[in-house]
Parts: sequence; structure tokens; C-alpha cells
Amino acid sequence: MTEQVQATTSAPGRSQPLGDALERSRLRSTPGFYRRAWKRFRKDKVAVVALFIAAVIVVFSFSAPLVSELTGYSYITSDLRNKLLAPGEGGHLLGTDGNGRDILTRLAYGGRVSMTVAVLALISAFTIGATMGSVAGYYGGIVDSFLMRFVDIVIAIPGITLLLLLSVWFRPGPTGLAFVIGGLAWTGISRLIRGEVLSLKNRDYIDAARIVGASNRRIIMNHIFPNVVSIAIVWMSLALPGLILYEAALSYLGFGVQIPNPSWGNMLEEANDFYRDSWTFVFIPGFAIYLSALCFNLIGNGLRDALDPRLNE
Amino acid sequence: MSKYLIRRLLGLIPLLIGISFIIYALLNMVPGSPADQFQVSPTLLPEDRERIIENLGLNEPWYLRYFSWISNVVQGDLGNSYVNFVPVWVTLKAALPNTLILSGTALTFALVLSIPIGIISAVYRNGVFDRIATIGSTAFFSIPSIWLGLLLIILFSVKFQDWGLYALPTGGTHSFRGESGFLDRLEHLILPAFTLGVVQLAGWTRYIRASMLEVIRQDYIRTAEAKGLKQRVVLLSHAFRNALLPLVTLIGLTIPDLFGGALIVENVFAYPGIGQVTINSLTQSDYSVAMGAIMMLAFLTVLGNLIADVLYGVLDPRVRLT
Repeated sequence: MTEQVQATTSAPGRSQPLGDALERSRLRSTPGFYRRAWKRFRKDKVAVVALFIAAVIVVFSFSAPLVSELTGYSYITSDLRNKLLAPGEGGHLLGTDGNGRDILTRLAYGGRVSMTVAVLALISAFTIGATMGSVAGYYGGIVDSFLMRFVDIVIAIPGITLLLLLSVWFRPGPTGLAFVIGGLAWTGISRLIRGEVLSLKNRDYIDAARIVGASNRRIIMNHIFPNVVSIAIVWMSLALPGLILYEAALSYLGFGVQIPNPSWGNMLEEANDFYRDSWTFVFIPGFAIYLSALCFNLIGNGLRDALDPRLNE
Repeated sequence: MSKYLIRRLLGLIPLLIGISFIIYALLNMVPGSPADQFQVSPTLLPEDRERIIENLGLNEPWYLRYFSWISNVVQGDLGNSYVNFVPVWVTLKAALPNTLILSGTALTFALVLSIPIGIISAVYRNGVFDRIATIGSTAFFSIPSIWLGLLLIILFSVKFQDWGLYALPTGGTHSFRGESGFLDRLEHLILPAFTLGVVQLAGWTRYIRASMLEVIRQDYIRTAEAKGLKQRVVLLSHAFRNALLPLVTLIGLTIPDLFGGALIVENVFAYPGIGQVTINSLTQSDYSVAMGAIMMLAFLTVLGNLIADVLYGVLDPRVRLT
């Protein structure tokens, strides 16, 4: 390719300015799709701030043992003489809960559990949904209508009741809970991917690839998959806040992460008994849930704007 | 049209059968049985326990019980509770109006506010109002309703009482003594309906804004403006009526969210609706009630989607339903 360009620029009879322009364009090779998307994303100040806050929350949560070391309190030892302290009292930066445990430390441990559950649920939901969607979209026909009727059924059952049911059944730990949530949250992405694959597989360039002799595998991996990636990224970032909220709701209702394992949801449940005595105890875990859900939503919006090729400059 | 309606109604049958089969299977594969509650009594002899299980029909495999369940349902009998032996329908009939009132109020609240906000945002795009509305809808969209509910209780019930102001009740649907009637009912409805409605409001505002923006760009809006019609007429009778169309479908699609949200909000406010019935029956292994409640919600969801689809065809002559 490079040699060709050089050959044309040095070809006799070509005017000098055109040769220069070609030379310049060769040197200034166009950045790739994702590089351009990242550039657009960086311009979205709100999304960048959200990304920063989300990163802080994730780092705070996953360094929970370090937080415990720094505050000097364990997340599990009760201290009933110092219960329901307001933030700042007795060396507890965010106060203490109904059992006198340090809220800041529990927030970090709870965040670790909540984040892990949400991310694992996201991965399992995506795996199921992407498989279902691409199989339904690519093969079409009876496979498609069977899978999509199944999706209709899962969508018609109010999600939270099915989650309650599955949680009663498995009485899962945090990891199991993630898979239970994931086993339910896949319907959206399966429909998105099915629709995209359905429209992609009849495009001319796919036909062209097939005529050249590309295998099914090559068509799916090299020609269809890259076109679905941006949809998948946007879906993931917009689905994550929903999954964080699901975990919180389930744990709050007593069907999710079980005490004494802290999660943001069951911290809120414990706080529920003390809402007359300490509003900060209610406010803090809920605010952590809210802030992380909000940030991931904003990141998702930013990514959607950045990755939508129709908005290309 | 009537042909379409009949076909859709017939299509509901396999869908509902599929849903009920999956839920019944899940409920009955759950370890623990409604008969476990009788094990608590030390005077209960093993053979009595066997007899109770047999009387409840729990000795048969679940797929056989499913067939007798569904043939009873077709005849209008949802069975009796395994815990207090009250007919399931009686329990549901007491709880259903409460849930419908709660979700209906929340939806109305959300629509009444989001329609003007959405329209004004779209018309004055990127103006001050639009900016504020967009920030507000983004901020409220991801708010956890549990948290919002608890904070509202703390502010309007606990703190207002401490400050000697007019305080709202923390939960339930009625006061236990003293005044009753419409105003009392309304007092109990305000906080839960607001909690449930706010998240809906945020979502609806976004949709209506986007839908209006889509319509405003169309040629017939420019034609209407070129004819010299007043802006109010163009916006309300040309643009808004067309922007409303996708919303009809969306109302149908958000029904599951609405009921799911109601379940959580009911729990926070101890509001006796279908959500509370579902949660209590699941914790007590009362599977006949749980089955009835979940199927009721699923049925309403499916019906809502159908009505939305049919309405879409009625409202939009470009859509031919065949």
C-alpha cells in the first residue's frame, strides 16, 4: 500500500501540490474508529467526571481491607456502646451503624460485594444474551421464532418477582446471586444483538465476503462481530446501574446478599430499622448506590454519543 | 382489525401457559414445602403429617399438580392458600386495587408532569429550561426508590413531626383510628406514589423530549408553520399528537417496571398491595398465593402490552393491523 502511494506521488506528470497532499494524508493516517470515539468521549465533560468518580468508587471498594486498616475498625465487630454515632463522632468518619460498626469500613466492604455482584451479573447476562441474540439473528427461521417467544415470556414475568423466586430457590451467596440476576437481565441485549445481526447479515458486504469464499465462522467473527461491539459496550454501561439497583433491591428485601456479609443493599435494610434515630445511617449506603448508578448511567450516555457513527463529525 | 384482535388474543393463550408453566416449575423446584410449617409442632405425629401432605395434594409430582392447577384456573379457581386456607382470589382481590391505585397514581403523576416538561424542553432545545430538565431527569433516573422512599419518610414523617409541622404518615393505606375517607387515603398515598412516580417521570421526560424533537423536524411541521398557523396550534395539534404515538407503546412496555417498582415501594411503605402479598407468600412458602400473585402481575403486563399495540393501530392510520 505504502509503495503504491509513493509510486503515484513520484509519478511523472503529476502536479506538485497534489503530490504533497497525498504525501501528507499518508503521514497523517486516519485514526481508528475507537480512537476517534475516545476523542469524542473525552470532550463530554460530564461523562469524564462520571468516569473519574466511578473509578474512585471502584478503587475505594476493592481496597476494602486497606480502608479497614486505615480506619482501624473491622467491618464485622460490633461495639454496642458506640452505636448510631453521627459522622465524625468517636473517630468514626461516617459514624456507626445500629451495632456500632464503622460505616465507612462497611461501605467499602459492601461496595466490594455490590460491585462484584453487578459486574458478574453483567458478564453472565451479556454472555447469555449475546449468544441467544446472535444465534436467533444469524440462523433465523424456526430457531429465531422459538428463542424470541422465550424472550417474550421472560419479559412478561415481572423481573423482580422472578428474581425473588430464584433467590428463594438457590439461597445464593454473592456469586450465585450474580448469576441469578444475570440469568434474568439478558433479554434486552439479546433483542438488540438479534436486530443488529439480522440487518447486518443481508448487507452487500456480507454477500461479497461469502462470494469470495469466507466461512461462516470468518463472517461472524470478522464481519459481523466488530459491528456489534459498540452496541455491546453501550448496553453494558447502561445496564450496569440497573444491575446495581437490582442487587440493592433484592438485598433490601432480604432475598439477596445475607447478613453479616455487608452489601450496600443490606446495609440499607439494616438502616431501615433505625430511620427514626439516625438519618445519616440511611443516607450513606443509599447515596453510595445512587452515586455509582448515576455515574455509570452518565458514562453510558457519553459512550453512546461517542460510539454512534451517525453522529460522526 | 377484529381479525387482528382475535389473533392477538389467541396468541396470549400460549404465552400465558408458557409463563405459568415456568413459574409453577420454579416454585415447586424450590427446596422447602408448604408442609414444612406443620413440622414445628412437636405433638404432630409423622403419619398425621403424611396425611396433611396428602390432603394438600403435595405428594404428587409437580407437573401433575400443574395440570390440575391450570384446569382449575380455567374454571376460575385459583386454589386456596397453604398457610391460612383462604381462597387465593380473596387475598388478591383485597390487594389488587391498592396496587392499581398506587401505580395508576404514580403513572398519572409522571405523565402529567413529563408531557409539558418534555414539550418545553424540545421546543426550546438547549435553552436554560432544557438544561435544567435534562440534568434533573438524569439525576432522578438512577435514584434507588428504596433510598428515596426512606429519605422522604425521614423528612416528611419523622423530621416534620419533630419540628412540629404537618407530618405525613409513614405507611399503610389508612389511619388506625380517627379520620378516614378520601383525604386520609390520599395522605397515605402521597409519599409512595411520589417515590414510584419520580423514576417514571425522569424516564418519560426523556422519551417525550426525544419524540418531540423527532417530530418537529418533519416536513409537515414546516408546512404548518409556513401556512402561518400559531405556534401553539402547530405544537399541540400537529407535533404533539404525532409525538404521542410512540408513547402509547412505551406505556405498555413500562408496565413491568411499574409493577416491579411498586413491589419495592410497597415494601418500604408497608403498603398492602400485590407486591407485599408476593413477598410474604414467598417467605412463607405459600406457593398457591405466590403463583396467583405472580400470574396476576404477568397477566396485567401482557394485557397492557396488547392494549398498547392495539391502541397504536387505532391512533396511527399508517399502521395497518392485519
